[in-house]
Amino acid sequence: MEHAIEARALRKTYPADVRALDGLDFAVEPGTVFGLLGPNGAGKSTAVKILTTLSRADAGTASIAGHDVVAAADAVRRSIGVVAQKAGVDREATGRENLRLQGQMYGLRGRALEDRIDALLDRFGLTDAADRIGRTYSGGMQRRLDIAMALVHQPSVLFLDEPTTGLDPEVRADMWREIERLSTDQGITVLLTTHYLEEADRLAKQLAIVDRGKVVARGTPEELKADLRGDAVVVELEGAYDGEVTRALERVEGLREVTVEGTALRARSDDGARAVPHVLQALEAGGVRVASVTVARPSLDDVYLRYAGRTFDAAEKEENR
Amino acid sequence: MTAAVHFARDSRDQTVRHVRAFLRQPWWIVVTLMQPIIWLLLFGALFEKVVDIPGFTGDNYLTFLAPGVVVMTALFSSGWAGMPVIEDLDRGVMDRMLVTPVRRGALIAGRIAQGALMLLIQSVIIVGLALAVGATFDGGVEGVLALFAVSILLGMIFGTLSIAMALIVRHEETLIAIVTGVTLPLTFLSTAFQQKDLLPGWMQTVADVNPVNWAVEAGREAVSAVPDWGFVASRAGFLAALTLVCGAFATRAFRAYQKSV
Repeated sequence: MEHAIEARALRKTYPADVRALDGLDFAVEPGTVFGLLGPNGAGKSTAVKILTTLSRADAGTASIAGHDVVAAADAVRRSIGVVAQKAGVDREATGRENLRLQGQMYGLRGRALEDRIDALLDRFGLTDAADRIGRTYSGGMQRRLDIAMALVHQPSVLFLDEPTTGLDPEVRADMWREIERLSTDQGITVLLTTHYLEEADRLAKQLAIVDRGKVVARGTPEELKADLRGDAVVVELEGAYDGEVTRALERVEGLREVTVEGTALRARSDDGARAVPHVLQALEAGGVRVASVTVARPSLDDVYLRYAGRTFDAAEKEENR
Repeated sequence: MTAAVHFARDSRDQTVRHVRAFLRQPWWIVVTLMQPIIWLLLFGALFEKVVDIPGFTGDNYLTFLAPGVVVMTALFSSGWAGMPVIEDLDRGVMDRMLVTPVRRGALIAGRIAQGALMLLIQSVIIVGLALAVGATFDGGVEGVLALFAVSILLGMIFGTLSIAMALIVRHEETLIAIVTGVTLPLTFLSTAFQQKDLLPGWMQTVADVNPVNWAVEAGREAVSAVPDWGFVASRAGFLAALTLVCGAFATRAFRAYQKSV
């Protein structure tokens, strides 16, 4: 089966030697929601810009529905809809006018275009606001208009670059339902980039975890989590300790992958509940003071830690520096 | 469908966007007219006695100045054409358009067409005002229309250059510095305020290759009592050729922008 999206060994370096992509590789099956998960600065947006013909890779190839993004850019543009991080709504035009110009850029005209606009306004709950100017729209309304615009020409592949960043939790939940609807009802292939683990977990059928411009893990959210056998044990320490503290725990039976980051000590155990007393005992013997202990089923955060060698939060802070 | 039809249709759609935005803020035209009105009234009064300088032909400085003010207005208004482009870049509107099949040239043509329409309105107002304060346009209506045409051509040149610079520098402050740094000297290195043979020698040389001066001289010639139409046509030809060169340059600036994102 032909892939809806294919990225092969994409590389891109920005001036001043900022390496955004370092051999990014992935493929997306038609009609599915594919998640690119990673912290800000991991290279997700750069990947979207290259796949949507906005930018060009220094090396590697990419194709959408079999069309090469460089050699057949026009065919790619006709197949895709793009919702970028910035809303891209013309604030001086009404919602209807925004949709009309968007359709015209794809060569849509007349009655067919007007009918399509009415249908999209209705579907995204914008009918009442259709003739109001964009600058009067709330953040959530702009996002909805943005998605409606991306769908005006009925694309087969939709790119959503951090679609829920900056939205209220309630609006975010609406957006999630909408994204689910797009792929299940209409068979649109969706590529979703996100730095929300919860969002990737809920929406993506397949995931690729991106760190420093590379895919470090891929699979369904369940597969990725299942790879991590056992529970996550997280101990919050009173004060920061160095690597020494991990040595005290290496003798505890059934405990693996012990790491410490600031005041958080993490480990993995086949039976978390049973490991806790032993962990506390070992720490006490080592003179380490403990603030709290939690045991949890594996999350995507744990997956990230396992493959990227740092927690999501730490990576996010590092990239934003 | 041929590429030309595509381009024309895309350009028209973009023009509609910009003209509509302009019609929603019509007071903007008043703001942009402040400067030329000041030029006309203040400089008209300040240099009233220029006509007494030996060697100055004509006896009404306002009549001499008015075509220059029309051309200067075209230069100054169009110089800012890049500012809303930077806003489009910042808001993500430009990126959204660049991932559609829209012709890149049409994104420029739409803004230039709207700018030309605005210039036409401004020029009519300035000519009306000049007539009211005592300037004369001896060449009649066809002379004034020719003046509008060369002004608009000059506006198209600096409009496309401003858009190209906007795509390259992508920073409002930088664009403001460039536009101010270019438009003011070009105005004073032209015959907008002073007759050519009364300018210092080096200024005359610069004025000969200054597109602003081509428009000023052609416009002033066109509204004179007995215009030398051959001269007007030659300067209009230079301006038209330069418009095409600048249009091609601005379209290429999209590539520079896309390479950098």
